[in-house]
Amino acid sequence: MGTQTTTDLPAAAGAADHAQRDLLRLATAGSVDDGKSTLIGRLLYDTKSVLADQLSAVERATRARGGDGTAVDLALLTDGLRAEREQGITIDVAYRYFSTARRAFVLADTPGHVQYTRNMVTGASTAELAIVLVDARKGVLEQTRRHAALTALLGVPHVVLAVNKMDLVGFDEPTFTAIAREFADYAHVLGLPDVHAVPLSALDGDNVVVRSDRTPWYDGPTLLELLEQVPVGRDAAAEALRLPVQYVIRPRTPEHPDYRGYAGKVASGVVRVGDELRVLPSGRTSRVVGIDTFDGPLAEAAAPLSVTVRLADDLDVARGDVLVPAAEDVATGQDLVGTVCWLTERRSVPGARVLVRTGTRTVRALLREVDARLDVDTLTVEQWDPVDTVRTIDATDTSSDAAPRSLGLNAIGRVRVRLAEPVVLDDYATHRRTGGFLLVDPSDGSTLAAGMVGPTLLDRLAPVRADERDDDWLAGAGI
Amino acid sequence: MTTSTTTLPGATTTAAPPLTQLDALESEAIHVMREVAGEFERPVLLFSGGKDSIVMLHLARKAFWPAPVPFPVMHVDTGHNFPEVIAYRDATVAEHGLRLVVASVQDAIDDGRVVETPGGSRNPLQTVPLLDAITEHRFDAVFGGGRRDEEKARAKERMFSLRDEFGQWDPRRQRPELWDLYNGRHKPGEHVRVFPLSNWTELDVWRYIERERIPLPEIYYAHERDVFARDGMWLTAGGWGGPRPGEVVERRTVRYRTVGDMSCTGAVDSTAATVAEVIAEVAASRLTERGATRADDRASEAAMEDRKREGYF
Repeated sequence: MGTQTTTDLPAAAGAADHAQRDLLRLATAGSVDDGKSTLIGRLLYDTKSVLADQLSAVERATRARGGDGTAVDLALLTDGLRAEREQGITIDVAYRYFSTARRAFVLADTPGHVQYTRNMVTGASTAELAIVLVDARKGVLEQTRRHAALTALLGVPHVVLAVNKMDLVGFDEPTFTAIAREFADYAHVLGLPDVHAVPLSALDGDNVVVRSDRTPWYDGPTLLELLEQVPVGRDAAAEALRLPVQYVIRPRTPEHPDYRGYAGKVASGVVRVGDELRVLPSGRTSRVVGIDTFDGPLAEAAAPLSVTVRLADDLDVARGDVLVPAAEDVATGQDLVGTVCWLTERRSVPGARVLVRTGTRTVRALLREVDARLDVDTLTVEQWDPVDTVRTIDATDTSSDAAPRSLGLNAIGRVRVRLAEPVVLDDYATHRRTGGFLLVDPSDGSTLAAGMVGPTLLDRLAPVRADERDDDWLAGAGI
Repeated sequence: MTTSTTTLPGATTTAAPPLTQLDALESEAIHVMREVAGEFERPVLLFSGGKDSIVMLHLARKAFWPAPVPFPVMHVDTGHNFPEVIAYRDATVAEHGLRLVVASVQDAIDDGRVVETPGGSRNPLQTVPLLDAITEHRFDAVFGGGRRDEEKARAKERMFSLRDEFGQWDPRRQRPELWDLYNGRHKPGEHVRVFPLSNWTELDVWRYIERERIPLPEIYYAHERDVFARDGMWLTAGGWGGPRPGEVVERRTVRYRTVGDMSCTGAVDSTAATVAEVIAEVAASRLTERGATRADDRASEAAMEDRKREGYF
């Protein structure tokens, strides 16, 4: 830390700035040895988000692990559960909070362990920015490519490549530049829209929060400056309105005997009083006559505000319906094609009866088939000719020539699902807030898979026919 | 060396200013509450008279306005509560026409369902009457004011936290939560704990209280009180079991950062008499609220996690 100026550390957020402060949700991606925990610890520590009692606990833990007590192991700040501390493993996603005068941050800390795909997908689903860590000594690895691909798959709009451990390569500019270029080329292939690279040392704090004088050749922002500068929110005015109805508010009180309002969070776009809206999937239309909140009526409400909308006509609108612009042609249907990440250890079963949850609607469905699978190691797509899985494949018959195409934990594949009722089928690529869905096991309610409707990265990558490949992932040797 | 390696046109434009952080947190919490009201048969909101549950009730009133809050509130009464807090609880319930369910630790002790611990803290004893009340009233969703910033085990908790028939939390059995899609399905006998304030910090709660002008029990603000020192905290003298011989009562100007049971909740020396002064004090504090004033969390490094596994919040 001797190389940094310590006088210009950002102060904890002051009350005066707070009212205007906005919120950035971000996710981290990095394997265990890349220094991810240290980087998060450094972000928390240098933004003064670690308080004295938490720090003394980490100091005790550092000493207990054989540290000499002079340097605190910041990585220990993020070890939450007993099993994690005792066994050195990481269970699922944790959420961390830090803030500056300009912005508050919710960080999804996704462990880079065996369960990386599932955890990264979870963290990335709500993130507006992903930090992809690489070790400057190792450069862009398959793991890095995998993290970038999952970031692209989930549609995270901003990516920061954190080239860590620059202290171990002597803060060598050509090393950084080569890594940044290689990643940028790859990001371009994946279609990642906005990528920045920062040379840093999480251990020493160079360019994390405090600008380092050990990288005089780097004139870009520190990691925290980037996190503060990235625009949050979307251009709501340019998006199409989607308002999934959560709850019908009918007070039946003396003050409000006839009130009927449709409560929901604006998922995308803007709703205005006077708008002609269509109720999907029924297709009936009406006009917005009021947007109500506890704090008074609004003329318009943009995503992601929670509001209550009143319509001119007494339509039958219920939880699960979606309000959309009347003039827009919105896709609805009962046949869903999408890319899923399989989240449980139970493999998918062709022909399984599942529930599909999309928006506020849950419908019964049949998992017809898996017709493609992304190999996250090689980033190639295995693809099969379409068949009617339900008719031709008996999942219990292992002697069948047609191998059951199923997905195991962490696998990513394309599925075809037949729904019992029509739903709104927004493409995830253009409707990140409404194009996501879950597959749920009706017997115990567990979440089987998370999916994205329509063409995704999977459809853009070059397909490889299954019979051209020589691998045995179906035999259980997959990821 | 420029850092912007690829930027597609139009990728980062923002027309309207984004929601402020507090508006975003409020909208998220309201969304979660409406999801629960839409998906569950019998939700209940835990209401202790502490600031987090007071904020939750405020958010519930916003979420369903102009209709009344469509679920009852439940207080787990340890029998050692601050009288000011009980008065606040009863006044609030009356003002908003709420239905109050009380789960009583004293009743559970009298029935022999739980046994008083030698240390005197009744905080961990709340689990049994809580679970008994959940069973008795067949509550299937239980709102709690827990925040992930409070404690490292809570940093791992989901917004929707499935509990088995024993109320147990199993961190390995948690459902991944993606996008805004909260999966509340559960088997009979199971229930779901719901934490709409997951993404709030202590300062967020205080700033929201200031912005919304939400009244709190007066013990949150500086006042004179008879207290005695134990384990580095100021505890309120009273019939619950303090002071012991050798512990000296003195009159000090203090306030509370958290409101729980008198037997385990400590006061801090403070002259902060207004919300703004409290915010300034909390912002400058170098201690977390639980590190400063909660005895139970100090019992072991995993005290909270262990209690949560048993069905505590």
